[in-house]
Parts: sequence; structure tokens; C-alpha cells
Amino acid sequence: MNRPWLLWIPLAVVAFIGGLAIYGLAVPKDDQVHSAMIGKKLPAFALPAATAGVPALSNTDMADGKPRLLNIFASWCLPCKAEAPHLETLKAAGVEIDAIAVRDKPEDVAAFLAEFGNPFRRIGSDSEMAVQLMLGSSGVPETYVIGGDGTILFQHIGDIRAEHVPMLIEKVNAAK
Amino acid sequence: MIAEAGLAALWLAAAMALLQFVGGLTLLRGGAGQLVPLIKPAAYVQGGLCAFAFFALMWLFYVTDLSVLLVASNSHIDKPMIFKLAGTWGNHEGSMLLWVAVLSVSGAAIAFFEKRIDAKTLYATLAVQGFIALGFFAFLLFASNPFERLVPAPLEGAGLNPLLQDVGLAFHPPTLYMGYVGLSIAFSFAVGALLTNQVGPAFARAMRPWVLTAWIFLTIGIAAGSYWAYYELGWGGWWFWDPVENASLMPWLAATALLHSVSVLATRNALRAWTIMLALVAFAMSMAGTFLVRSGILTSVHAFAVDPERGAFILALMLIYTSIAFVIFALRIGTVKQGEPFQLVSREGGIVANNIFLSVILAIVLIGTLYPLAAEAMGDKISVGPPYFNKATVPVMLLLMVALLIGPMLRWRRDALMRIKYWLIGAAAILVCGGLAAWKMAPDTRLFPLLGIALSLALAVAAWLPLRGRKLLRTPLPIFGMVIAHFGIAVSVFGMAEESGFSKETLTALAPGESAEIAGWKVKLDDVKPVLGDNWVAVEGEMVASKNGDTFILRPQSRQFFKPEMQTSEAALLTRWNGQLYAVIAQPDQEGDGRWQVRLWWKPYVTFIWYGGILIALGGTISLFGRMFRRAKKPAINKWERA
Amino acid sequence: MRAFAPILLALSVPVFAQGSGPTPPLANRQLADPAQEAQAMRLMHSLRCIQCQGQSIADSDAAMAGTMRAEVRQQIAAGQKPQAIRSWMIDRYGEWVSFEPDMKGVGLLLWVAPFFIFVASIWLARGLFRRRT
Repeated sequence: MNRPWLLWIPLAVVAFIGGLAIYGLAVPKDDQVHSAMIGKKLPAFALPAATAGVPALSNTDMADGKPRLLNIFASWCLPCKAEAPHLETLKAAGVEIDAIAVRDKPEDVAAFLAEFGNPFRRIGSDSEMAVQLMLGSSGVPETYVIGGDGTILFQHIGDIRAEHVPMLIEKVNAAK
Repeated sequence: MIAEAGLAALWLAAAMALLQFVGGLTLLRGGAGQLVPLIKPAAYVQGGLCAFAFFALMWLFYVTDLSVLLVASNSHIDKPMIFKLAGTWGNHEGSMLLWVAVLSVSGAAIAFFEKRIDAKTLYATLAVQGFIALGFFAFLLFASNPFERLVPAPLEGAGLNPLLQDVGLAFHPPTLYMGYVGLSIAFSFAVGALLTNQVGPAFARAMRPWVLTAWIFLTIGIAAGSYWAYYELGWGGWWFWDPVENASLMPWLAATALLHSVSVLATRNALRAWTIMLALVAFAMSMAGTFLVRSGILTSVHAFAVDPERGAFILALMLIYTSIAFVIFALRIGTVKQGEPFQLVSREGGIVANNIFLSVILAIVLIGTLYPLAAEAMGDKISVGPPYFNKATVPVMLLLMVALLIGPMLRWRRDALMRIKYWLIGAAAILVCGGLAAWKMAPDTRLFPLLGIALSLALAVAAWLPLRGRKLLRTPLPIFGMVIAHFGIAVSVFGMAEESGFSKETLTALAPGESAEIAGWKVKLDDVKPVLGDNWVAVEGEMVASKNGDTFILRPQSRQFFKPEMQTSEAALLTRWNGQLYAVIAQPDQEGDGRWQVRLWWKPYVTFIWYGGILIALGGTISLFGRMFRRAKKPAINKWERA
Repeated sequence: MRAFAPILLALSVPVFAQGSGPTPPLANRQLADPAQEAQAMRLMHSLRCIQCQGQSIADSDAAMAGTMRAEVRQQIAAGQKPQAIRSWMIDRYGEWVSFEPDMKGVGLLLWVAPFFIFVASIWLARGLFRRRT
């Protein structure tokens, strides 16, 4: 063999794959699918009210000059129940929250609000998940920070825990 | 008591593996060799002890001894006996014990039967085998002890994943494992021959039955897994290019290439270094496959027993074995003399083409499977799936088919295409006519299915031509094996091309009494009723399918399992000689309108995919028996054999 | 057994954690034009389901996959090109949503590699044949 270095290629390939595998084991896998809409304007939508007594939601409702949170939830979703108290805390801290209820029925939403309180200004009903798709959202619950001009600034995937509350308040304030 | 005996047997067996390894090592390092007489007995005792340990575990499952943790967490007193026994290997610990047992028994068999290679190479092979076994003993004893006790013993046992209570799936993983063990033995032979500088026809003939056995098991395992996914996932797909599927395909590709190159080495004493290389790659791929499946570092539809910690252990073993082997390869392969020469147009040339194409496909599958992980390390999240794999591999597969049309017709060493010009013209004629006929029937078909159909028709004829001019009764069985396996490839590719090019699909929603049409079939949904299973409830649709006056009943189910909670579609399949009608009942369509989502497919010749797989495995088996039989009759004499 | 039947029927309605709502009609219905449907189907097989373990949206029972199928069929029916719909999805979920990476940027190597390996292996094998017999 006149090119001895070629013989070491297999070992190099093994080393590369080994390195990749060690990386795969060591770094926790990010299973979340993040929205690619961050930094873009909210898509145009107009959702009907999710339940009686709380106004409906359209994209123009959120472009009134005031930054706020957009919470995506559902009455059938367990983590949504867990995050409800933290949404109350956020509301108490002066953060305005709009919401989208996914694949939900008016009576179920009403029961959910009755049990866990209503921190929301408006709730739109996304029964076919069409708006979720437009937002690049991958599940419930999710919370977006929306700028005063209707720009999507930040996406939080999963339920809001106590430790996320100050971070979200800061994001909303920073957008002011 | 039996559990403790099994555990003790494993420890003793590990000591035997160590003895085997150290004995071989001292011999290779030029030591006095006092341990050498112990190597073979150590292999026998190791094989016996491991077989005992495995049957001890099987006994514990047979009597459902719930004081053993593994039995308690994987079996149940009320389970049918076949699943109780299948529980022995239907879990991580048991399957590893099965692996080690088969490895050790194979080692004993090599020590006892193998007379073709010289003693030093045999000892080196057994030493490498002992080294591999040691790693797996460590894994078994330190990280996955199958005999661990549970105090206090429970009363019933937990059961087995409902999806795994399926006869097909109970035998699918051990089948693949048999293949992996076979490849590990080929690896031991290759490293042994490399260490003692004995890479030649005798070594190739000793290694070949193990490669062939491994390859037969892998073929069966992949075909069975594919059929299982086809009827269980409920969308009519039979290959998804999922990481777990790719993990089983890669060793098969390497084993297929190895199978061909090893026969060149055995009969013509050429492709020496390359055969060694393939033997190392094949085992590396089987370890990598096991790692990918167990570690769960790649997202898969088929992820069952995922455990990152054990994945790390397998990764460590894989890196140790393969990097040591490739270092030995790089250092020693220079001492392997170049083999006998041959020309481009020759049987060897055809097999080199086969090896190149298979290796390229293997590389593409490997790159495509790992690429998302590499991209993630660079900070990008991307997916690589079926569209990529199809576009990248199918052209190479078609080239492989072309090589297969010509290669087996050629003579060893050197040949002229002119000699077989009539066949070449005939093949081209079949290709063009078949392609045109398929295109005429469905003008908007894409290129790949058309080429696949044309090539498989030509190959279906070409595969038999090596028998031409031979006295059939005196033809060696391996030739029959080759012919049947190549014909199986034609059958399988025909099924794949027909399915991907000509399937018909009807997606609809039906209320009882309504019907839908597909490919000339009328399918009427007669009734929808609930069905109760052991740990599931289902809705079952009763459908009547009719065509040309024949009527058949189909009963697809949509099952809801409780523990763990999951939903599965049990498709109903109506098999005709020229295809399958595939019916699925899914969810209620809209609330309150009484309709059910119904999915219907007509899949022409889809069964050929698996018939072809069976033929391929059958060809391999005939070839294997042929070699064993012939060997028993007369020892092969070869002019390249050293005296 | 018979006494259980009514309970069973209630249970057998999927109680997936996906809530309930109208399924968009085009999620599980084909387009009337077979050519358009074939186009949509090919695209759906190349888009990854957001809520699944590595399935395409064409092979999944998840609610979101249904919504995405409906979106694809709607846009195809409205005369959109598949490539444009694919970009529309990527604009929302990033490159991850496509099973077929672009032939540029991070995906470039993936597409170049097969050609490179093919040529390299032929080049390596070339030496085998040059020797005289």
C-alpha cells in the first residue's frame, strides 16, 4: 500500500462517530420544536370567544401598543392546571394575558376558569388548531411574549413554573 | 436456588473467557504457552456454563418464579406459556444473556469443529472471542444482572408491554441478535487471522458459514420487522427510514458485502485486505445499531427499551472493540500480501461492483442517520427522512441491480462481455419492454418505480442463468442458493417498485351502511361494534369487500390500551395473489355524525416484498447446508492452500 | 360481557390527551383532483409531524398532523406550489419540520456526501484492476 495514511481513515471514522455518540448521550436531547416565528408579526387571525363572558381574540387585539403574554392552553391539559396559579401571579404583577384555548368546548373552558380562576383578558377558541399552526406552536401549554406592535418576541414551551415568573415579567417589561 | 446457580455459572463462565483471552495472548506474544492446552477446554466449559445460565433463566420464567426481579417485572402468572417463555429474552437483561450464551456456545463449536485453519490462528480467534465475551460478561454482571432477587416477592407480576405480546415481535429481536453474534464471530476470525498473518482461503472458508448464518438471521429479522411495522402502524408503510430501522439495515448491508467478498477470498484468494475490513465494519455496525436502539439518542417510532445508561455501556464496548481492531488493521494489514489478480470484466469485477455499491449505500444510510445529531452539535435542528434516503440510495440500488444482471454470468479472473453478448442483448430487451409496458399502463409513474420494475423483471430471468448448461442434480447446492437468493431480490424489488409506484389510496368517512370504492373493490362498512381484550378495548369495523362477485369480510380494529395508555390500529389485510387490500378504521369523524374515518389502500404485489425476503433467506440456508454437507464429504483442496 | 357493552362504547371513543374539536375536513379526505392529491401526498410524506416520534404527517393520528394535512391540501387546492408550502411550514417550525434538508447551508454536505463517497470508492477500487494478469 503506497498510501499508509488511508489505513487510518476507518479509525478516524470510529473516533468521529464515537465523539458524536458521546455528545448525544452527554447533552440532554432538546425534544422541543421551537417556533420559527420569533421576531415576526403575529399572523392575521380572528378567533371566536372560547366561552361566554370573556371576549374573543384577534391578532389586532394584541397590537394596541401594550406588550403582553399570549397563553395557549386547554381545559383537558394537565400541566395547564399546574401553571394556572403562576398565571395569576403574573396577572397580579400587572402583566396582561390573552389566551387561546385549543380543541376545547365552551362549557369545559367555563368550568376550568371557575376552578382555577381567570387571569385572561381575552380567550379565543382554536378548535382546529389552525392558529397554533400559524404561530409555529407545537403543543399545550405554551406562552408567548407579544410586543406592543404585535411582534412575537419570545416563546416559552411547557408549563410556567414559579422560577419562570420573574423572567416572563422582565421580558414583558423590556418590551415596553 | 436456581437463580443463584445461574449467576454463579455466569461468573465462572466469565473466568473461562478471561482464561481463553490470556491463554491466546501469551501464545501470540511468543510466551512459553503453558496455558495453551487450556484454551479449548475453557471455550467448552464457557459454552456449557452460559447455556446452563440461559436455561436456568428460562426455567425461572417457566415456573414464573416471582422472587426474581426480572420475572416479576416482565411476566405474569396468567400469561400464555409461549409469552412466558418469550419473556426470557423479551427484555434487556434476558436478551443480553441470550447474546452471551449464543456467543459462548458458538465459541465452543469453533474450538471443537474448526480444523481448517492452523492452530495458532484458531487460538488467536478464540482469544479475541474471549475478549469480546468478557466485555459482555461485565455488562451482564455489573449493569444488567438477570438473576437479581426481589424481596418481598410480588403475587402476580407486572406483565409485558402489550405491543410485545405478539408472536412476531417475540422472535424479532432475538433473530437480529443471532445475526449480530454471527458477525462478532466473523470479527474474531478476522482479527485472529490478521494477528497471525493467515489471511487466505482457509480463513475465508472458516469464517464463511458464520457470515452466512448471521446474514440469514439478519435478513429474516429485517423482513419480519418490516412486515410488523406494515400491519401495526396502520398507514400502510413498510419502511420508514427510521433510525431503528436503519440500525438494523446497516449491519445487513455490511454482511451482504462481506458474504460476497469472502467467497472471492475463499475461491480465488483475492480481496484479502478488503474482506478483513468488511468483517470489522460489519461487527462495528451491529454494535452501533444496538447502541442507537438502546440509547435513544435518536428519535424513533420504534423506541422500546430505551436506557441511556446501558447505551453508554454498549458505546464503551463498541469503541473499545472497534478502535483496537482498526488499530491492529492499520498496523498489520501491510503484512497481508496482495491477492490473485483479476480483470475488470470478471466475476471478481462484478463482486467488487457489488461491494462498492453496497458500501456506498451503507455510507449514505450511516451519514443520513447520524446527520441530525451532527447538525444539532453545530446548533442546527434538522430532520433527515424518507425523501432524502430514497433519492440518495435508490439510484445506487438500481446500479446494484444492473451489476447483478451481469456479474453472476461472468467467469472468474477474466472474461469478455462479447462472450455473453446474446444474454446482454436479451436483458436489454427485457428491460426496455418491461419499462415501456409499465409506463404504458401508468404514464404518470415516476422514474424509480419504472426502472425498479424493468430491472426486477430482467433479474427474475437472469437470476436462473448460472444454472444454464449445468447438470442440475450435480450442481453444488451453494449455486442453487445463490440463484434463489438473487431471484428473491428480483421478487422483493418488484414488490417494492409496484407498491411505491402503483398503490391506490382512499381516505373517507363512513357511517354503517355506506361504502367506498378503491381500485375496483367496493368496500361497505356493515357495522361498528366494541370489542373487549385483556388489557384493551377496541372498536371493530365489519367491512364487506367485493370485486367481480367475490366478497370478503374485513375486521379492522382501533385499539385503546390501558397500561401503558396507547392507541393502536389493527389493520385488516385481505391478501390476493396480486396484492393486498389494506383497511383501517380510525376515529369517529366529527362528533355526533356517526361516521368513522376509514382508510383503504390497494397495494399491488406488496406481499412480494416479504416473499422475496423469505426466498433470500432460503437461498442463504440452502447455501449454508450445501457447504456443511460438502465439507463433510470431502475436504476442499485448493491450489492456494499452503502445504 | 354484555352488561359492559355500553360502558365500552363510551370508552372506545379515543380519550387521547388531544381534546376534542372539529377535525378539519381535508385532514382525512382526499382532494378531488388525483394529480393534486398525489402532489399533496408527496409533500405530506416529506413533512415531519410536530407531536410524534419521527413520523411524517401523512402517517400520523395526532391532531396536529391532521391540521397540517388539511393546510397542505388547502394550499395545493388553491394552486400553491409544494415548494412554497414547504417554505411556509419551515417559516413556522424551522428546518426541523422538513424530512428533506435544503441543498445549501447545513444540509449541503448531506447531499454532496453520496457523490463524494461514490467517486472516492471507485477511485480506491481502481487499483484492483490495473494490474496485469
